Amino acid sequence: MAVDKNMKILVVDDYKTMIRIIRNLLKQLGFNNVEEATDGGSALTKLRDGSFDLCISDWNMEPMTGFQLLKEVRADVKLAALPFIMVTAESKTENVIAAKQAGVSNYIVKPFNAATLKAKLVGVLGDF
Amino acid sequence: MTKPALDIRLNARLEEIGRGSRNGIDVETVRSVLDEMLKTMGGAFGAPDPGIVEELNALSAFIEDAKTQIAAIRPEEIPDEHIPVATDELDAVVRATETATNAIMEAAELIEGVAEAVGGEHAETLSLAVTNIYEACSFQDITGQRIGKVVGALQEIEAKVETIVEKFGPDRATRDRLKEARLAEKNEASIAAALPSDDDLLQGPQLPENANSQDEIDALLADMG
Repeated sequence: MAVDKNMKILVVDDYKTMIRIIRNLLKQLGFNNVEEATDGGSALTKLRDGSFDLCISDWNMEPMTGFQLLKEVRADVKLAALPFIMVTAESKTENVIAAKQAGVSNYIVKPFNAATLKAKLVGVLGDF
Repeated sequence: MTKPALDIRLNARLEEIGRGSRNGIDVETVRSVLDEMLKTMGGAFGAPDPGIVEELNALSAFIEDAKTQIAAIRPEEIPDEHIPVATDELDAVVRATETATNAIMEAAELIEGVAEAVGGEHAETLSLAVTNIYEACSFQDITGQRIGKVVGALQEIEAKVETIVEKFGPDRATRDRLKEARLAEKNEASIAAALPSDDDLLQGPQLPENANSQDEIDALLADMG
């Protein structure tokens, strides 16, 4: 099934610069319908209010971390199936295992490049 | 010495210290207990064991000497001045890199817009270069997080030094007075000196809120003729 490039994507990061980077890289890949949030709490509100097709989130944020956001998403019946990619500098094995056990769809370690982002998107959404 | 022989007041004191010793015992308390022990021993024995008394006196003198030496290196300056300055500088680094990164990103976005208008092979080359710039700009996030860790470590050190200062250093009111005195001393020295020393002139970049703008510098130069 072809990937809908108009899909609604939420990018969550407490660094505005990183949101801008991911937004620009997504734009280069043809994804323009991108919204943003700067912490887990506001991201969860947006996800519950809007019909998003993908969430790309940082881990290390306050007060709600990306990991907590992931667990909230997976515990929410309406959001449980939402593709969720973690983009984070937390590269320890235990982090990756914990995220996987919590139901993360894919995991990108910062710093990353456009090719990695595309590969992980393909892994979650299918080829485009 | 057996417990019954201990002075009742000293016994009560030791129990009181035992109850409140979770966060450590300050030097003055140790000294006062030692003094009381010496007095108690004097009462308990007709002729106190000179060896023990000598040991306790030496211990008391050692503590006093350690306290004097620690006070001499002015440890209160670490939490009162050095660490706040260091964390302010690191915060400034984060802000500066964020500003610079946003400027680079804006320029890259402009180039990307031009690439779309150019089209063809050149557009592809420009687009690839812009992608590389976006990727490289993620350094700001990583360095920001690393600096955040350093700030956290400095705050840990600050808290530990603060504990030492509370036990060995001057009280808060004295610390505030000493800080004011140091500032006044610096001001007086800079006023008294006809020319600042080379070291005085090597301050490095100023925090944005303390720095003169180019306009202010131009105005200063113009005033000086």
